[in-house]
Amino acid sequence: MQNYFYHHLLSFAIWLPVLAGVVVLASANENKPNATRWLALLGGLLSFLVTIPLYTQFNFADGGLQFQEGFSWIPAFNINYHLGADGLAVPLILLTSFTTLIVIIAAWEVIQKRVAQYMACFLIMSGLMIGVFSALDAILYYVFWEAMLIPMFLVIGIWGGPNRVYATVKFFLYTLLGSLFMLVAFIYLYLNTGSFEIADFYRFPMPLQVQILVFLAFFVAFAVKIPMWPVHTWLPDAHVEAPTGGSVVLAAIALKLGGYSFLRFAMPIAPDAAHHLTPYMISLSLIAIVYIALVALVQKDMKKLIAYSSISHMGFVTLGFFLFNNIGLEGAIVQMLSHGFISAAMFLCVGVLYDRVHSRQIEAYGGVANTMPAFAAFAVFFAMANTGLPGTSGFVGEFMVILGAIQINFWYAFLAAFTLIFGAAYTLWMVKRVFYGAVANDQVAALSDLNKREFFILAILAVLVLALGVYPQAVTDMTNATVNELLTHFAQSKLPASLPAGL
Amino acid sequence: METIRYDLITALPELIVLCMAMVILLTDLFISPARRMVIYSMAQLTLLAAAYFSFSSHAPGVSTAFSGAFIDDAMADVLKLMMYLGTSFIFVYSRQYLQHRGMFRGEFYALVLFSLLGMMVMVSGQSMLTLYVGLELLSLSLYALVAMDRDNAKATEAAMKYFVLGALASGMLLYGMSMVYGMTGSLNLAEINMALMSGAKIHAVMILGLVFIVAGLAFKLGAVPFQMWVPDVYEGSPTAVTMLISSVPKLAAFAFVIRMLVQALPTLAVDWQQMLMIMAVLSILIGNITAIAQTNLKRMLAYSTISHIGFVLYGLMSATMNGFIFAMFYVVSYVLMTLAGFGIILLLSRPGFEADKLDDLKGLNQRSPWHAFLMLIVMFSMAGVPPTLGFYAKFSVLQAALAAGYIWLVVFAVLMAVIGTFYYLRIIKLMYFDDPLDTHAISAPMDTRVVLGFNALALLVIGLMPEKLMELCIYTITSSLS
Repeated sequence: MQNYFYHHLLSFAIWLPVLAGVVVLASANENKPNATRWLALLGGLLSFLVTIPLYTQFNFADGGLQFQEGFSWIPAFNINYHLGADGLAVPLILLTSFTTLIVIIAAWEVIQKRVAQYMACFLIMSGLMIGVFSALDAILYYVFWEAMLIPMFLVIGIWGGPNRVYATVKFFLYTLLGSLFMLVAFIYLYLNTGSFEIADFYRFPMPLQVQILVFLAFFVAFAVKIPMWPVHTWLPDAHVEAPTGGSVVLAAIALKLGGYSFLRFAMPIAPDAAHHLTPYMISLSLIAIVYIALVALVQKDMKKLIAYSSISHMGFVTLGFFLFNNIGLEGAIVQMLSHGFISAAMFLCVGVLYDRVHSRQIEAYGGVANTMPAFAAFAVFFAMANTGLPGTSGFVGEFMVILGAIQINFWYAFLAAFTLIFGAAYTLWMVKRVFYGAVANDQVAALSDLNKREFFILAILAVLVLALGVYPQAVTDMTNATVNELLTHFAQSKLPASLPAGL
Repeated sequence: METIRYDLITALPELIVLCMAMVILLTDLFISPARRMVIYSMAQLTLLAAAYFSFSSHAPGVSTAFSGAFIDDAMADVLKLMMYLGTSFIFVYSRQYLQHRGMFRGEFYALVLFSLLGMMVMVSGQSMLTLYVGLELLSLSLYALVAMDRDNAKATEAAMKYFVLGALASGMLLYGMSMVYGMTGSLNLAEINMALMSGAKIHAVMILGLVFIVAGLAFKLGAVPFQMWVPDVYEGSPTAVTMLISSVPKLAAFAFVIRMLVQALPTLAVDWQQMLMIMAVLSILIGNITAIAQTNLKRMLAYSTISHIGFVLYGLMSATMNGFIFAMFYVVSYVLMTLAGFGIILLLSRPGFEADKLDDLKGLNQRSPWHAFLMLIVMFSMAGVPPTLGFYAKFSVLQAALAAGYIWLVVFAVLMAVIGTFYYLRIIKLMYFDDPLDTHAISAPMDTRVVLGFNALALLVIGLMPEKLMELCIYTITSSLS
């Protein structure tokens, strides 16, 4: 039994939360929401616990795919149920199951309407996203990738704000449009290799023109998800309208699906195209970092501000990818995790205020620190982390990417470093207007400070942000071997003539 | 004597359906309205008996009867079994609806069985004449069914439209067939193929005949530019009849296309591929774009059908074995989705109220989370979002088209699929994000609920494990076309 469990760790990580979601849905009783909540918490906790062995059993020296398992799923198309994870996927899987747990706790008494459906959506989504991170067969991956849209669509649409329908439909169609091009690329590769195994795609040589088309098909899918400028416009809408839990999952995990997929699909399958298009990718990343940061500066809505800040921070991730050096790539991965914690925390902070005042506008607040001192302490801490203060996780990733950039081109690093100024500007300006100064109105005066539940989740996140900032080796030890492996992979040309005869 | 016996045994399922349809018609005269359930049970038992004989007589080989005009092969058997299943679902879903509207009468069941008989003959037709007779039997029964609610002006108008345009299409089909007959000297599909294979130069009249045949078929399938009747007939017909028109006959039409174009006229493949391509592209374009503007649920589903037919044509126009297999997979998936979708619409109707507006679905999640969930699966399946069956249907036909080299047509189809998703999402939006306008409790007999749940969940379950259905399609097509 134990052996079986250890050989199917990833399957458990995927299907346990899905099963928990189904159970929550099936046993729902609108009159006993508390029973549903405890059941969902139990499901989320178990789902988190089964992902822990992925860390404890991980072989740090191995940069390849571990925990592999699989069987033939649809022989007619040679599609396999093939799972595996490397140093890139495992931290993201842990982040996913952890964030889901946080979201369940954060929703406790905030969600009063259709509790079971809410909890089930997040549990099922968690399993599906872990599936995206661990699928090694293109169609399996695609199924998880698309299926994940369904619960997110419902979460934004049912529990979202006033303009939720527009936001959720836009979110769905944008993502779907991008991913269908990816599907066409998958089918093209399948027709040429006879398999949907990612490993077979890696080995398939293609001329540059074809590689560029394949790369662009992937790019459309992943750039929408990350999101990169100029296909980012769905994100501010979705974030603003989504309930707190939806924003947290979107920012902390869903955006990482795109980043992860770049490294898993686009760059190794079409390495020459990736090198060829690097100047464009870096330009888009720098535009995201600088321009979107300026956009964030003028926002009046706190959630929108954090949404734009997310896009700007994800620009660092894509910049790190396309530097093609060790420190840049590793920095990008650390940045993905760090952004997962910080953006989740920031959205939870906005959620805390929104639950009390029902406004996300910055101008509706002022002097919150006077009535909610504990909360203000946390919020200021996370704001500092968001600006990349040394000692917090926000600093590590950005600093590594800037170091990587300076090795390639001084001006890349110069422009990227601007974010440290702009980031500080928009974040701290918001903090100043919301938390400091005199108490602005009666609503702020009547605020009550954090309850135990809110304190608990914010404290955990604060500890993690500090831990990752002070001791990033916990993550980099894991990713080191994988990063080296990925870089050797990217460096190998796949143009038909340059391949050795054996491949 | 032996031959006649053999012929009759080969066509035993057809004979059962024919006899029972007439028995039902007669029994209905002698039975009191209160005991009409007897008729209903007889109809269901007929399907069961026909299924038993179709299944037990199935042998790997091919057998022909009636001097080669009738064929019993894997495709005939498999498609017939699916038709029985689909018809049986239709009987279950529509019973309450018919009872509420005074249409729960013997004629309905007799006419549906006659139309089923027509479809069975089409599936087994090995001569142009058999195919035509089957098609006419199907069409005439459907015209009558549309007009069954005879005091309803809209239904009568729909029936009239359907009849006039349908007769025109039949005429075109027959005209085309006569040209093919004139050029090849045979009505038998295999002999037509032989005559064309012999190497003689193909005369322009053959191509002209082909154009008429394809046009006639396109009308019956509802492909653009022969789609005009579809929305009006869908909207005007009683919903139970719309459900029938939009579902099971597509299986027969698919068989007709395979028999006529692939078995009899493969030598003209280059010509009909082009025609199918144009129809496929137009169907997907017009079906998806126009569906967005609809406020009537039945009309929306009509345009959605048109776009689905476009996808089926993508598989057929590839003119490869895989293309035919995946087209069949698509048609079967489509029938399952459509039945479940209409099943839920029928469930929402009640005496004096037709749930045929989009707004009637508002807030379904609050009225009945279970049925909203089933409709959610149906809609995502129609949109082709994994992990539902509809995804594999689209995935496989697009794969066949890509393998045949139609890369830009595939990209086009993909863009249209995104546009199509919009109107399916709108239904989900109405069910989940809006508050209900109508708070009547949803009442349905137990068997309807069970079958509906089974039908809709099948879309999800087969979506997770499509292998068995795919194997069935591969078996059917390869053993019938090799």
